[in-house]
Amino acid sequence: MIIHDREQTRFEDHSDACLDVPLNKLAMEAAGNKLMVNTVAAGAALGLIGYEFTCLESVLQKEFARAGDKVVADNTKAALAGFDFARQHRGGQQLKPIAGAPRRMLLNGNESLSLGMLAGGCRFVAGYPMTPSSSILEYIAGKSTRYGVVMVHAEDEIAAINMAVGAGYTGVRSMVATSGGGFALMVEGLALAGMTETPVVVVLGQRPGPATGLPTRTEQGELWFALHAGHGEFPRAVLAPATVAEAFVIAVKALNLAEKYQTPVIILTDHHLASSYNTLPRFDLKKVKVERGALLSDEEVSKPTDYRRYEVTDSGISPRALPGQGRALVVADSDEHDEAGHIIEDAATRIHMNEKRLRKARGLKAEISTPLVKRKQKAELNLIGWGSSYGAIHEAVGLLHEEGIAANHIHLSEIWPFPTEAVARALGNKARNIVIESNASAQMAMLIRRETGIKVSGSILRYDGRPISPKYILDNLKKEVS
Amino acid sequence: MSKVTLEDYAESMPIAWCPGCGNFGILEAFRRATVELQLEPERILLVSGIGQAPKLPHYTHANVFNGLHGRAIPEAIGARLANSELTVIVIDGDGGAYGEGLNHTLAAIRRNIRMTYMVHNNQVYGLTKGQASPTSDSGFVTKTTPMGAGQPLNPLALALASDISFLARGFAGDIDHLSGILQMAISHRGFALVDILQPCVSFNRVNTFQWYRERIYKLDEDKSYDPADKMKAFDKAQEWGERIPIGLLYRQERPVYEEQFHALEKLPLVKQKINPLDYGALLDEFT
Ligand SMILES: Cc1ncc(C[n+]2csc(CCOP(=O)(O)OP(=O)(O)O)c2C)c(N)n1
Ligand code: SF4
Ligand SMILES: [Mg+2]
Repeated sequence: MIIHDREQTRFEDHSDACLDVPLNKLAMEAAGNKLMVNTVAAGAALGLIGYEFTCLESVLQKEFARAGDKVVADNTKAALAGFDFARQHRGGQQLKPIAGAPRRMLLNGNESLSLGMLAGGCRFVAGYPMTPSSSILEYIAGKSTRYGVVMVHAEDEIAAINMAVGAGYTGVRSMVATSGGGFALMVEGLALAGMTETPVVVVLGQRPGPATGLPTRTEQGELWFALHAGHGEFPRAVLAPATVAEAFVIAVKALNLAEKYQTPVIILTDHHLASSYNTLPRFDLKKVKVERGALLSDEEVSKPTDYRRYEVTDSGISPRALPGQGRALVVADSDEHDEAGHIIEDAATRIHMNEKRLRKARGLKAEISTPLVKRKQKAELNLIGWGSSYGAIHEAVGLLHEEGIAANHIHLSEIWPFPTEAVARALGNKARNIVIESNASAQMAMLIRRETGIKVSGSILRYDGRPISPKYILDNLKKEVS
Repeated sequence: MSKVTLEDYAESMPIAWCPGCGNFGILEAFRRATVELQLEPERILLVSGIGQAPKLPHYTHANVFNGLHGRAIPEAIGARLANSELTVIVIDGDGGAYGEGLNHTLAAIRRNIRMTYMVHNNQVYGLTKGQASPTSDSGFVTKTTPMGAGQPLNPLALALASDISFLARGFAGDIDHLSGILQMAISHRGFALVDILQPCVSFNRVNTFQWYRERIYKLDEDKSYDPADKMKAFDKAQEWGERIPIGLLYRQERPVYEEQFHALEKLPLVKQKINPLDYGALLDEFT
């Protein structure tokens, strides 16, 4: 349902999906202030669903109490004007709270992700504000006193990632949150985590680039950047939550993978997911499993040993002692190093250590979930998406079904190490493969080709900064198919 | 606890510095300071960047994080906030501290987080073979500055202007004096910057041991010098050339950064147990 002021929008849609409300006029009449159009619109929304006006009244009271009685009174008048207008012009519906219904959560992607970070044991966060990730930093900072977290507003993103790596080295679960520009500054630190085998989680909330781009819009243009950022070669995981609910689960998984494989994990979200609200069943904290990987016990580190931080093992994972935990000295180095952590130059050690680090990718790959595959009988199309476009593709598949077109939906939310076999299997049927993504160069389509050899038949791309919608998919699918 | 001796801080690998380099004296002063303070190596975390000086942690025994050029300070801050029981000492060159990482240096001074910052100031980039550094004397000719280096940065004045809580200058050629400064710095509650004049025998033919010996004098020998007087310290920070002061320039008490965080009041972060079930009330805020 769209509430708009035709005087302003010149939007000529007279269907049931739109309600033309003279927002400006009502705001001026009720409160003498054009700024109140938002409040008028909120009132109109409430009027449409026929909810009790007192509910909005109390919200306004709470929100504007600090600004004084007049502001509260004016806003209330403005809200009532919108409410009454909607009741008079489209007052059919009446919603009532259902007594005894389980309470659901209302939250957005960044809030869900932040909750996952906290419940998953992240105790150190550093960052420098940048849309769309600032709200993660702000949310966690707001909870830091009560929940024992340290959030540092760093001097820049370079400092932020290096702080998080320092905290990770000492054994505290740590995280940074930023957007493309900030991530660009973090890239050297990402490689540092790879070389020193330090767990760290990076939240990369994408927005359209390059450079400052469209700061308050959305895009999925940094898939290849996330996959390849960092000089030299080291293992990493890249996870891209598809939904608000999944952001919580993936935050926990990212923290676990980072510690188990002692390497950086990137969570790739975007402005669309960050700020999309969902109502969801309350998260089940009993399902949150904290897996810390190979940590030596206090007993094991109690003697002054010749502890080797980078002991070469079959899995590539060296058991971790923490500095100050016992008497073992923990030596970590960004130079190439020997097993003890000391700087080296010789070729044989270099080869050994390089292979040891890269071997960790094998175990990591086995941890990656296969893509979600929703099949339809006799499907003619495979619609393939990743990350935040899940909802739009899901809805588009339903609309296509109504038109008599059967389409499978294949969705990746854990992207690297690439689930090669599962993707090849999902795309290997007779249906046409169409990748849908918010970027101009079809980055997922390229990745699929690189990893599986499958060349998809087409792509639906959106790069105007707006989220992919079901209508956008259908309109473009028609062009693609015709 | 058994007594800590110089043996505990012995070399753990062969030293690759040029014979005669000022870094040897600094390493020795560091060892003496930790032994004087009876600090066990396992309680110390040495964090360093990249350069000749930042190799120091490899040449002794302690916990070590040898990170990136210019980024040792943020790495150390993360470690210190995560485990506030560690004695954190950061070792850098002048290039890392005053060039690549200057933003971090100033931010750390401002925050006043508890750690010691040893900057081996040889006024040149040693590791990369002799290019000018931010503290090279004006006119210093190197391969990247064939016309001569420009106006040098004054790290002491800059630190004072940022309201540093502990500021000292040492000399690699006076090990006992430097060890005394390091002991004061390590014991200080707050951020302690120790700028250390370090002759580089390979790439700096101007600021040699001899050159320094002819110019330096000790502030502590002047009974009238009061290290609580910031304006006096400013005056001393301007002295360079004919006479160069070493010793404690300035010290004050200021709230330390760690105290801002309620999360650190009872236990260091690293010792706090993780229990997902503790977060139920947070979920309720969204229902
Ligand atoms: C990002 C980055 N830039 C440049 C370098 C190359 N580099 C290594 S050490 C150094 C300067 C060393 O000078 P200084 O910090 O004064 O230490 P010194 O060797 O003199 O002790 C440079 C430029 C690097 N390692 N990383
Ligand atoms: S190049 Fe200079 S600073 Fe480096 S080890 Fe040699 S003398 Fe010392
Ligand atoms: Mg130098």
